[in-house]
Amino acid sequence: MKTHLNTLFVTQEGTYLHRDGAAVEVRQEGKPRLRVPLHNLDGICCFAWDCTASAALLAACAEADVTVSFHTPSGKFQAATRGFTSGNILLRRAQYRASEDESLSLAIARNMVAAKIANARQVILRVVRDHGSRDEEKAARLSAAAEQLTHRVRFAQAADNLDSLRGVEGDAATFYFGAFSDLLTNNEFVLDARQRRPPIDPVNALLSFCYTLLMHDCRSALEGCGLDPQCGFLHRDRPGRQSLALDLMEELRAPIADRVALTLLNRRQLGHKDFETRENGGVYLKPDGRKTVFAAWQERKQTEILHPLLDERISYGLLPHIQARLLARHLRGDLDGYPAFLTR
Amino acid sequence: MYLLVAYDVSTSTPAGQRRLRRVAKVCQDYGQRVQNSVFECKVEPAHYVAFKQSLLTIINSQTDSLRFYHLGRNWKHRVEQYGKNTGYDIEGLLLVE
Repeated sequence: MKTHLNTLFVTQEGTYLHRDGAAVEVRQEGKPRLRVPLHNLDGICCFAWDCTASAALLAACAEADVTVSFHTPSGKFQAATRGFTSGNILLRRAQYRASEDESLSLAIARNMVAAKIANARQVILRVVRDHGSRDEEKAARLSAAAEQLTHRVRFAQAADNLDSLRGVEGDAATFYFGAFSDLLTNNEFVLDARQRRPPIDPVNALLSFCYTLLMHDCRSALEGCGLDPQCGFLHRDRPGRQSLALDLMEELRAPIADRVALTLLNRRQLGHKDFETRENGGVYLKPDGRKTVFAAWQERKQTEILHPLLDERISYGLLPHIQARLLARHLRGDLDGYPAFLTR
Repeated sequence: MYLLVAYDVSTSTPAGQRRLRRVAKVCQDYGQRVQNSVFECKVEPAHYVAFKQSLLTIINSQTDSLRFYHLGRNWKHRVEQYGKNTGYDIEGLLLVE
């Protein structure tokens, strides 16, 4: 039986998490607030500066495959804990070998990037299908962007080295984010260009926050099947960078994170009052806005889709885990190529 | 699988009081307390076997009683709540703010 497990989010400052039997107990001001059995969780995400967890809890989480990660209140990843390096050394060796081999890396990265662009294209086409008749000018602009992305999928598939592949990816991102404002039916918001560190408008802030959540899920999925999240194929090694988690995210950004962001804005579940501008010029989600995003994220993870390769109904929340497993099977030599996830 | 676990442990002896505490402790490892001796648990079938076994080794079958109700897939339609609610939805948003 396959189930996808829940994530516990903590946003309150001054929270203490500790182990109580086989459960995690959340305490505030010394009083128990919530107790959740660990076997119902696959992650704990803390978004606060002053949030502590006992060593016994971290050990129990490592044992039970529950990823604990700590973020700043605005969502920037700070640290995550892990137990003893687990999993299969043979699999990890295969992963390192593939990452050092340019042609193997390229073959995997090509599928990931092509899927990323194709999935972004599907997000655009869906909006054209659903809302295109309302504003024909918009629909025409979106169709043109989708057309450009179609070419970029081919370029990505034909790329003969990693650098040119990254070039195609960046190029496609420019077209995609250039069309992003047209994906918003809520005219209060626009996206001029994708901007990070810090995000300078609400749409960028929301996208960054959603990518943070996706990152947590991808990282734990990789660790769950014994892969090293730091050793990537498209993203190169850099100390502290979770390159493979970033790789795995690519194909899932549009169907999971971007769609959540678009839905929240288009349904007007988020408004300008949910964002604030800080002194550094960065725009961030306020606590209430963050809560809205968590709820939408959890709902998205429970939405079921038909996995095109496995031909089985699964939830979006399970998708990172399934893709990580498929990647592991490819690295072990059980699959000829890495089948990246493609939305219909 | 979604379970409702209810128990009655005779506390007329110190040994009974100890059993009651141990039963509650095991139940807390697997689910959430919704009333004094009633727990709702979402468990995998393998967990259920271990869960049931550890409870059965604790209770005294002469004096205590233990009931498992299997709520099935559509448990959400089978549970109604009135009055003070201290529980959470294990499949919904878990947020401490």
